[in-house]
Amino acid sequence: MRTMAIVRRVFKQMLRDKRTLALMFLAPLLIMTLMYFLFQNNTTQVASLGVHHVDQSVVNVIDTKNVTIHHYDSSQARKMIKQHDLDGYLTQKNGQLTITYSNSNPTNTSLIKASLQSGLVKLKMKTLVTVTKKQRAALESQQAALKKLTAAQTQATVTKLKTAIAQAQARGDQATAEKLQKQLKQATATTSSSTQSAKATSYTTKSHYIYGSSDSTFFESFLPAFLGFFVFFFVFLISGVSLLNERTTGTLSRLLATPIRRSEIIMGYLIGYGGFAIIQTVLTVVFTITVFKIHLVGSIWLVFLTNLLLALVALTLGIFISTFANSEFQMIQFIPLIVVPQIFFAGLVPVDGMASWLQAIAHIMPLYYGANALTAVVTKGAGLGDIGVNLLILVGFMVVLTMLNIVGMKRYRKV
Amino acid sequence: MATDYVIAKQVSKHFGHQQVLNQIDLTLPAGMIYGLIGPSGAGKTTLIKSILGMEAVDSGTVKVMDTVMPNRAVMAQVGYMAQSDALYETLTARENLTLFGQLMSVPKIKLAQMIDYVAGLVDLTSQLDKRVSGYSGGMKRRLSLAIALIQDPQLLILDEPTVGIDPELRQQIWTELNKLKDTGKSMLVTTHVMDEAERCDYLMLIRHGIALAEGTPAALKQQYAVDTIEQVFLKAGRMQDANDGNR
Ligand SMILES: Nc1ncnc2c1ncn2[C@@H]1O[C@H](COP(=O)(O)OP(=O)(O)OP(=O)(O)O)[C@@H](O)[C@H]1O
Ligand SMILES: [Mg+2]
Repeated sequence: MRTMAIVRRVFKQMLRDKRTLALMFLAPLLIMTLMYFLFQNNTTQVASLGVHHVDQSVVNVIDTKNVTIHHYDSSQARKMIKQHDLDGYLTQKNGQLTITYSNSNPTNTSLIKASLQSGLVKLKMKTLVTVTKKQRAALESQQAALKKLTAAQTQATVTKLKTAIAQAQARGDQATAEKLQKQLKQATATTSSSTQSAKATSYTTKSHYIYGSSDSTFFESFLPAFLGFFVFFFVFLISGVSLLNERTTGTLSRLLATPIRRSEIIMGYLIGYGGFAIIQTVLTVVFTITVFKIHLVGSIWLVFLTNLLLALVALTLGIFISTFANSEFQMIQFIPLIVVPQIFFAGLVPVDGMASWLQAIAHIMPLYYGANALTAVVTKGAGLGDIGVNLLILVGFMVVLTMLNIVGMKRYRKV
Repeated sequence: MATDYVIAKQVSKHFGHQQVLNQIDLTLPAGMIYGLIGPSGAGKTTLIKSILGMEAVDSGTVKVMDTVMPNRAVMAQVGYMAQSDALYETLTARENLTLFGQLMSVPKIKLAQMIDYVAGLVDLTSQLDKRVSGYSGGMKRRLSLAIALIQDPQLLILDEPTVGIDPELRQQIWTELNKLKDTGKSMLVTTHVMDEAERCDYLMLIRHGIALAEGTPAALKQQYAVDTIEQVFLKAGRMQDANDGNR
């Protein structure tokens, strides 16, 4: 009852503050759109690569839409790069490829690097595929022979069973007929499952191809992390500033001069701002899926759930941090300290490759768990079982911070 | 004793090195307007907050409605008006009143009725649906007073309730406070306005956290052999300073 009074108040205040509403709901869409186009453009950037005496087969695979090849007649990489303003220079001596990067533009360097690497992988793959194809043909002929054999066998069993059933039914022996019917079903089932397994084998062979030519964009792979970040950032800011206002205008201590429980105030905040966080999440997720045609592998409900938990952690963290600020300006100062570092641990840099002390820091960052879960759901189709631990940790963050907030309000009333 | 709404005993409190309250005793029976006067920074607000349980005291005990403070449930029987207005500016006056009415567990049917009554009392009926951000200082003060009255409490604790309110409305409010008193309610009021102090049934003069003098206005005037409470205020202050100087 009292909690709901607080919730209603939070809703009314938010709905009247059009600027804040716009910030919460439109700003993420705006930033996402901007990012979408920024990273799209990146992939059409072209690096220039000079080559000297390199096998045509290698040149062919490197020559992608991101790299243009220029042939030169000199092995002096340094000189040629400077002279022709190239991004890289590739030379070959027997089987040894040597590449020199200008590295004045790191993006172009990485374009060449990527092209070279994927090209060499492709080359290897081609040889592999020829081998596999031969193997597969052999395997398929074997399988076909096997299938024929099983089919013939099944056919024989089926006819045998069918006559037996007919006989049993004629005799009026219903029990035996049913038992035989079951056997019949099993016999046919085996045939269908054996066809299925045959299909599965051919799929794995092909998936090598798909992986090799896959070019998922930067935007797509980091989108889930950003979804989590936006919710975290805006909810942190809005809830923190609003509780701070409540403290500085004296309404918080006025509230505590009523019989309300401290926990009822916090719950009112959680429900009130949590509601807006849900709307924000639904809006951003639906927007990215429909407008940018992002392929969501996992369940959209898990995305919502994870984001909601992240929002609740941000909410309790915002309220907690606001107790250390005495003005809105001081609250803003906490953003580079508390919020921005989290994005680095949200998957932009692989945490596994970090120094161990950095990994330790990652594990106290709520966004690390949230973004990992989101990425797993969106790109790998992870289920509740896979991300359950992450979600539980988020719940843990929330519970601890909520307790701290409730205790922290003792400053204004001792009970 | 059921007839004493507030019993504070030997309440002491300090902030840092400053002794803000020094062994204050205060008893507020039913049906009385109790005035707290004293210079700025004397400790009046601190005493009020200690009585409400919003400030932890160093020593001493406070009982409100026979309950040792701090206590959450007792808050429903106390109407509190803080010295500085604590209102939700983006909400209308009616929404503010509704919120605090709900927090005070006023039943829904009674709430609409109470809002009309308290709004009429502070002359805000025509402005009820205006946002508080568009209110003048005096209007905000009146709304704060209305909020303190919303649950029809037995005990009212008002920290400078009439600051910024015009003389005519002030008269009206005091008339109303006296009416409430006649129904058995009690009020603890701080004020810097001496003619308001004269209207109290009982006064306590606090200075430097010490209860310098207390009694009915008439008794105080007699004790200090002066004609007005203002002169009591000044004379008591001079005597305290002289005493401190002698030490
Ligand atoms: N939170 C606090 N921290 C430190 N000192 C405080 C705090 N609150 C009050 N004080 C000090 O306690 C003293 C008494 O303050 P209080 O607000 O009770 O005065 P007051 O009698 O209500 O004055 P006024 O008539 O101006 O409202 C003041 O000197 C003030 O500086
Ligand atoms: Mg005061």
